[in-house]
Amino acid sequence: MIANHILSIAIWSPIFFGILLLILNKKISIRKINYVALFGALVSFIVTIPIYKNFNTTLSTFQFQEFHHWITPFNINYHLGVDGFSVPLILLTSFMTIMVILISYQSQKLKSASYYSAFLIMSGLMIGVFCALDSILYYIFWEAMLIPMFLIIGIWGGPNRIYATIKFFLYTVLGSLLMLIAFLYLYFKSGTFSIIDYYYLPISLEAQILIFLAFFMAFAVKIPMWPLHTWLPDAHVQAPTGGSVILAAIMLKLGGYSFIRFAMPISPDATLLLKPLMILLSLIAIVYIALVALIQKDMKKLIAYSSISHMGFVTLGLFLISPLAVEGAYIQMISHGFISAAMFICVGILYDQTHTREIKKYGGVINKMPLFTAFAVFFAMANAGLPGTSGFVGEFMVILGSMKENFWIAFTAATTLILGAAYSLWLIKRVFYGDIGNAVIAKLSDINSREFLILGSLASLIIFVGVYPKIISDITNSSVLQFIELVSFSKVEML
Amino acid sequence: MSNLISQLNLLSPEIFVALMAMLILLLDSFIIDKNKHFIYGLSQLTLLVAGLITASLGFSGPQFAFEDMFIFDSLALFLKMMSFITLSIVFIYSRNYLLDRKLLNGEYFSLSLFALLGIMLMISSKNLLLMYMGLELLSLSLYALIALNRDDKKSNEAAIKYFVLGALASGLLLYGMSMLYGFSGSLDLYTIGNVIQTQEINSELLVFGLVFIVVGIAFKLGAVPFQMWVPDVYEGSVTPVTMMISTVPKFAAVAMLIRFLFQGLDYLIVDWQQMLLIMAILSMIVGNVTAIAQKKIKRMLAYSTISHIGFILLGFYVGTIGGVQASIFYLTTYIIMTLAVFGLIILLSSTQKSIEFIDDLKGLSQTNPWEAFLMMIVMFSLAGIPPTIGFYAKFSVLQAVIDQEVVWPALVAIIMALIGMYYYLRIIRLMYFEKSNKKLKTKSFLPMLSVLTINAGGLLVLGIFPKTLMSISALAVGGSL
Repeated sequence: MIANHILSIAIWSPIFFGILLLILNKKISIRKINYVALFGALVSFIVTIPIYKNFNTTLSTFQFQEFHHWITPFNINYHLGVDGFSVPLILLTSFMTIMVILISYQSQKLKSASYYSAFLIMSGLMIGVFCALDSILYYIFWEAMLIPMFLIIGIWGGPNRIYATIKFFLYTVLGSLLMLIAFLYLYFKSGTFSIIDYYYLPISLEAQILIFLAFFMAFAVKIPMWPLHTWLPDAHVQAPTGGSVILAAIMLKLGGYSFIRFAMPISPDATLLLKPLMILLSLIAIVYIALVALIQKDMKKLIAYSSISHMGFVTLGLFLISPLAVEGAYIQMISHGFISAAMFICVGILYDQTHTREIKKYGGVINKMPLFTAFAVFFAMANAGLPGTSGFVGEFMVILGSMKENFWIAFTAATTLILGAAYSLWLIKRVFYGDIGNAVIAKLSDINSREFLILGSLASLIIFVGVYPKIISDITNSSVLQFIELVSFSKVEML
Repeated sequence: MSNLISQLNLLSPEIFVALMAMLILLLDSFIIDKNKHFIYGLSQLTLLVAGLITASLGFSGPQFAFEDMFIFDSLALFLKMMSFITLSIVFIYSRNYLLDRKLLNGEYFSLSLFALLGIMLMISSKNLLLMYMGLELLSLSLYALIALNRDDKKSNEAAIKYFVLGALASGLLLYGMSMLYGFSGSLDLYTIGNVIQTQEINSELLVFGLVFIVVGIAFKLGAVPFQMWVPDVYEGSVTPVTMMISTVPKFAAVAMLIRFLFQGLDYLIVDWQQMLLIMAILSMIVGNVTAIAQKKIKRMLAYSTISHIGFILLGFYVGTIGGVQASIFYLTTYIIMTLAVFGLIILLSSTQKSIEFIDDLKGLSQTNPWEAFLMMIVMFSLAGIPPTIGFYAKFSVLQAVIDQEVVWPALVAIIMALIGMYYYLRIIRLMYFEKSNKKLKTKSFLPMLSVLTINAGGLLVLGIFPKTLMSISALAVGGSL
C-alpha cells in the first residue's frame, strides 16, 4: 500500500508540514516552531530515501508509477513516476530543505512559521515537478512553486526586493505560458497530456522547432541561459539566504531537468538542428558571464553570475548529446547544487554579522573566523573546479565530451577553469585574507556548532561526489542511454 | 387547459420571482422594519424557493412554452441556478455595508429581484420580443440601482451615463432585430435560423443586421469597443451594486449571445466569428493594459472585468461546443472570483471609510492577515496561476482555441494574461511586501466572513479538484447545443 504511494508521500509530506506550520503560527512559541519545521524537513527527507534505496538502476523506464484519473474532461491524470534523472534531484531537494531551515534558525526571527512553511511547501512542489509524468500536473507544480518563492523574496528580501521579485515572477511566467501553449498543441496532436506518449509522437519539423522554442523560453529563463539571465542576479541579491540557496541549488536545476524531460526528447529533430545555437549560447554564458562575475562588487552577485556560468556547462553538456557529456552535465547539476548553496550560506553567515555584502567592506576575516575561512576557501576551490571536489568531475566530463565534438568548443569551455579560479580566489583574497579591514570585521565571531554542521555536511558531500561520482552515474546511467536514444531518433522520418 | 397549466408550470420560477418582487416593494412601505431583517430574509427566501422550483422542473431535453417563445433547457437551468446563488451571495455581502450607510431599503431588494426576473427571461427566451423585454427590465432596474445613493453626484453621473449608452445600445439591438424580422418574417430565433439557411437572402444586408445584434450583446458584456460605461459605472455605484452589476447580468448577456449566435444565427458563423475575435483581442489588450494605470480599485477591477470578458469571447469565437463549454466554465469561475473580490472590499470597508484606492490595501497582511490571505488567493486566481481555478478557466479557453489549430489568438491571450498578472500582483505586493500606515478597522460580521472564506478558499479547493465544475458547465452546454 505505502510502497505504491512512495512518490506521493515524498511530495505531500513537506506540504503537509508547511500547512501545519501555517496553522500553528502564533499559537506556539518560536522555539517550538523551529523544532516543528526541522522535524518536518527531516521527515520529508527520510521519506525520500526509499526512492533511492529501492530504485532499480538497471531499468530505464519510469519506476514507482502512480496513476489516478484527475480531470477527466481533458484527460489530465495524476500520474507520477521517476527515472534516473529525477531521483538524485529529489534527494537534493529534500536535503537542501533541511539545510535551509537550519540556516534560518537565527537570521529570520520575524514570522518564522510562515517563512519555514513557504520553504516546506516549495520543497514539496519542486519534488512534484521531478515526479510528474503528466504535463499539466507538471505545469501546475512548476507554476505553483513560484508563489512561495515570490513571497519569500518579496516579504523577507533586501531593500530592492519588490522589483526583484516581480521581475523574477514575470520572467518565469512568460516562459511558462509559452510552454503551456506547447502542451496544448501537443494535446491537440495526440489527445493526451502524458509525457511518455509525447516521446513517440511524430511531429513535423516546423512544429518541432516551434515547440522547442516555446520550451526553450520556459527552461532557458529558469536555468538561466544567456541572454535570459538578467532576473537571476537581482533575485539572488535581494532574496534572503534561504531563498538564494533554494534558487541556486534546486530551481535552476528544474530548467536543466526539464530540457532532459521535455524539450530534447519531444522535439529531437529541432534539437539537432538548433544544437549549434544552443552550444553557442552555452559558451557565451560560460565565458562572458564568468568575465562579468570577475568585476562584481557584491558577493552575492558574484556568486549569482558564477552560477549562470556553471549552468552553462550543464546546457553545453546536454546539447552535445553524447553519453559522457550528458552524464557530466547531470553531475554538474548536482554538484552545483551543493557548491552554490554552500557559498550562499557562507555569504549569509557573514551578512548576519556585518549586514553588508560589499566586497570592499571586508578584509582579514580569517583573523576572526579561522574555521569559517577554512570552509569558505574549500567551497571557493570547489567552485573553481579543484580536482577531488564534485565541481571538477562534471566540468571535466563535459570538456572531454566537447573535445570529441570539436576542439574549439572544448578550448573555450576550458577557459572557465582559469576564469572560475580567478573570480573565486580573488573573492577569497579580498574578503578573507589581509589585515582586518574595519571595526565591524574586528567584532566577528566564528561559526557555531549548528553552522559547522551545515557547512561540514555540505563539504563532505562535495568531496564524496568528487571522489566517488559513480554514486550518481550509477543511478543515471541507463536513463542517460535511453535519453540519447530518444534524442537521436528522428521523428520526422516517422511521419 | 392542462396544456396551459403545464406551460405555466415551466414559467413558475419567473412568476414567483415577479410576485415576490412586487410583494417586497409593497411590504416595505407598510412594515416598520428598521434593520430590514424581514425584507432581507424574505428576499433570500425568494431566491431559495425560486431555486427549488427551478430545480424541481428538472431536466429532460428542451421544453417550450407559449408558442415557443420560452425555452427551458439545460443551459437555462444552469444559468438560472447560478443567478440565484450569485444574487443570494450578493445580498449576504451587501447587507451590512448598505445598512451602515443607511442605503438598505426595500427598493434595493425589489429592484435586484426585478433585474433577476429580466435575467431569467433573457436566459429562457427564444423569441426576439421576449429577449428585448427581459433586457429592458434588466436595464431599467440597473439604472435605478446605480443611482441608489441618490445624494451622491458620482452615482447619478454613472446612472445617467449608463442610461444614455444603454438606451443607445437597446436602440441598436432593436434595429438589428427589426432587420432580422424583415428578412425572415418571424420573431422566433429558430425560424429565423431556418429561413436564413434555406432561402436565398442578400447576405450583406443580413450581416448588417447581425452587426447591430452583436453590438447589443457586446454592450451588455462590456466588451471593447463598447466598454466606455464599465469603469464609470463600477466607480460610481455603491460597491454592492457594482458587485451585482459585474456578476449576475453577465449570465444574461452570455445567454443572449448563445441564443442569438449559436441557436439562431449559427449559419452566419463565419461573419460573427470575426467580430467576436476582434472584440476578444481588443478587450484583452485594452482591459489589461489600461488596468495597470488605475489607482482606484474599482476602476482597476472594471478593466480587469473587460479583460476577462475578452477571454470569454475568445472561447465563443471558436464556435465549437468545446469553445462554448470553455466560455461557460470561464464565466462561472469569473463570477466566483468577482464575488470574492468585491466581498473582500466590502468587508474591509468600515463605516467611515470605504476602500477606494488600491493603496488603501497597503500592509493588510499585518493588520488583517486572514483577509489578506483570502485576497491573495483571489488575486492569484484572477491572474490565472495554478493551483487556483482561474488557471483552468484560461486553460480551457486556450485549449479550445488551439484545438482549431489557430495559435496566434492564444499567443495574444497569454501575453495579455502576463500583463494582467502585473496588476494583480501589485495588490499582493501592497498587502504583503509593504508596511501599513494605518490599521483598517473592520467589523467582522461572522456569517459574511464565513461565506467569504468558503468563496475565496473555494477558488483554491476547486483549483485542486476542478473536474466537477468543468463537467457541470460542459453538461449545461452539451444539453442545449
